[in-house]
Amino acid sequence: MKKTQTAIIGAGPAGLAAAIEVAKAGGKVTLIDENGRPGGQLFKQIHKFFGSREHRAGTRGFNIGQQLLKETEDLGVEVLLDSPVYGLFPDNIISYLHQGKEQGLQAEKIIIATGATENPLAFPGITLPGVMGAGAAQTMINVNRVLPGKKILMIGSGNVGLIVSYQLMQAGAEVVALIEGAPQIGGYGVHAAKIRRAGVPIYVSHTVKKVIGSNEVEGAEIVALDNKWQMIPGTEQVLDVDTVCIAVGLTPLTELAWMMGCEFTFVPTLGGHVPKHNRDMQTTLSDVYIAGDISGVEEASTAMEEGRLAGIACSESLGLYSPEKAAELKRDVWNRMDTLRTGSFGEKRRDAKESLIKQSIGGLA
Amino acid sequence: MRVKKHPILEEDTRVPDAIIIVDGKEIPAKEGEPIAAALLAAGIRKFRYTAKEGKPRGIFCGIGRCTDCTMTVDGQPNVRTCVTPVRNGMIVETQKGLGRWSDEQ
Ligand SMILES: Cc1cc2nc3c(=O)[nH]c(=O)nc-3n(C[C@H](O)[C@H](O)[C@H](O)COP(=O)(O)OP(=O)(O)OC[C@H]3O[C@@H](n4cnc5c(N)ncnc54)[C@H](O)[C@@H]3O)c2cc1C
Ligand code: FES
Repeated sequence: MKKTQTAIIGAGPAGLAAAIEVAKAGGKVTLIDENGRPGGQLFKQIHKFFGSREHRAGTRGFNIGQQLLKETEDLGVEVLLDSPVYGLFPDNIISYLHQGKEQGLQAEKIIIATGATENPLAFPGITLPGVMGAGAAQTMINVNRVLPGKKILMIGSGNVGLIVSYQLMQAGAEVVALIEGAPQIGGYGVHAAKIRRAGVPIYVSHTVKKVIGSNEVEGAEIVALDNKWQMIPGTEQVLDVDTVCIAVGLTPLTELAWMMGCEFTFVPTLGGHVPKHNRDMQTTLSDVYIAGDISGVEEASTAMEEGRLAGIACSESLGLYSPEKAAELKRDVWNRMDTLRTGSFGEKRRDAKESLIKQSIGGLA
Repeated sequence: MRVKKHPILEEDTRVPDAIIIVDGKEIPAKEGEPIAAALLAAGIRKFRYTAKEGKPRGIFCGIGRCTDCTMTVDGQPNVRTCVTPVRNGMIVETQKGLGRWSDEQ
């Protein structure tokens, strides 16, 4: 069976950053992704990033993606594309498919960076063609350059809902309305202000009662909610839309970590069940690390920092860095991550992460 | 509809350079783009009908996770069209239920 030193599953921002760190330390890395092109969700993120200069704030996601790809290439990272990993087995054996054939790979260390998947929402009509995840619409317009519809209803006012609404307009669609069940907007004020300025009505304390259409979306009925999240009869309005996008959060893609036997904990703020991990991004299995959305849904910038952490810690455990050197490098990453996790959204995630790490260290002892 | 001009991204200058045959009709497509993208560009949104109730489905996740977008491609059922690249001459069929292999009797 083919062998490698460090195998990284998922070539999104987290996996790429981890690969770069291990390769920089002199390790041999094999990066595996099911897509035909590395980058994960980064190439669909055409907005400018927040944060400080070290976080490449002001740079757009797809440009960051290109820089990461160039670095992995320059460092000689082996990248296996079109290779979905379908199983992790004892003795760190990774099974994946390539061109219809099963392949095996054995690694000393494994970093799982499989990202997250979008949550659905239950309402009559959800299965109609024309109802889709906001990320699906984002993929279609920004990566594949096709519009999934012309008149859009966006459900959910977190950052993905806000950003994708704006990007749908940039791609030439009309966003008829954005609705939010909570009494306030979920995402950053600047993103909300941008789409408001463009004339999109944002209805808070509203939900979708049903999506109308016999064979595909022909309209949507929305309704106001009271402070107990109950529909208020008589407040229904029918919107003329042909597409409904759902942006109500993401769930970490954790199957491989479950299969491997990592211990889990449930943290709603981070998207649900996540593998326990310490400050090195190491799980309860000493050879297995995680990074990015799988360890709690955040953003591409934090995913990259977590990837770096996992990469440095993994290199340290392989003896590629002295404990002193590794401690110094990890401290820098943690400092940057702490500044990313500020503000009302960041702090909530930082607190959730911190209690998760504390719990996990307890579990590891 | 295709998004050619864009305020942030470069103009998409690639023109369709392939043909796929969808339920017997020729549709222009770009070699290498996901089949689902070519279908949406051609205004097609219903990709399959469910086994029990015969209800239509289209794309949902767009990244290969949910299997809502599956169709029969070159005789193979249950192909995820959102992550399967176009090749010139591909035969794409709206799938009914669980689908059938083309060599099945
Ligand atoms: C559709 C979508 C759109 C998003 N848009 C935004 C946005 O606009 N702004 C924002 O801040 N955040 C957005 N997010 C959140 C996003 O998840 C993070 O910003 C960031 O991309 C997370 O990085 P990651 O490396 O952890 O995961 P990802 O970028 O998702 O990368 C994970 C990679 O692993 C691969 N993979 C997964 N399982 C396997 C397997 N079994 N075998 C092989 N490969 C596998 C995936 O195909 C993918 O390439 C979006 C998320 C999704 C799902
Ligand atoms: S749309 Fe979900 S798998 Fe294709």
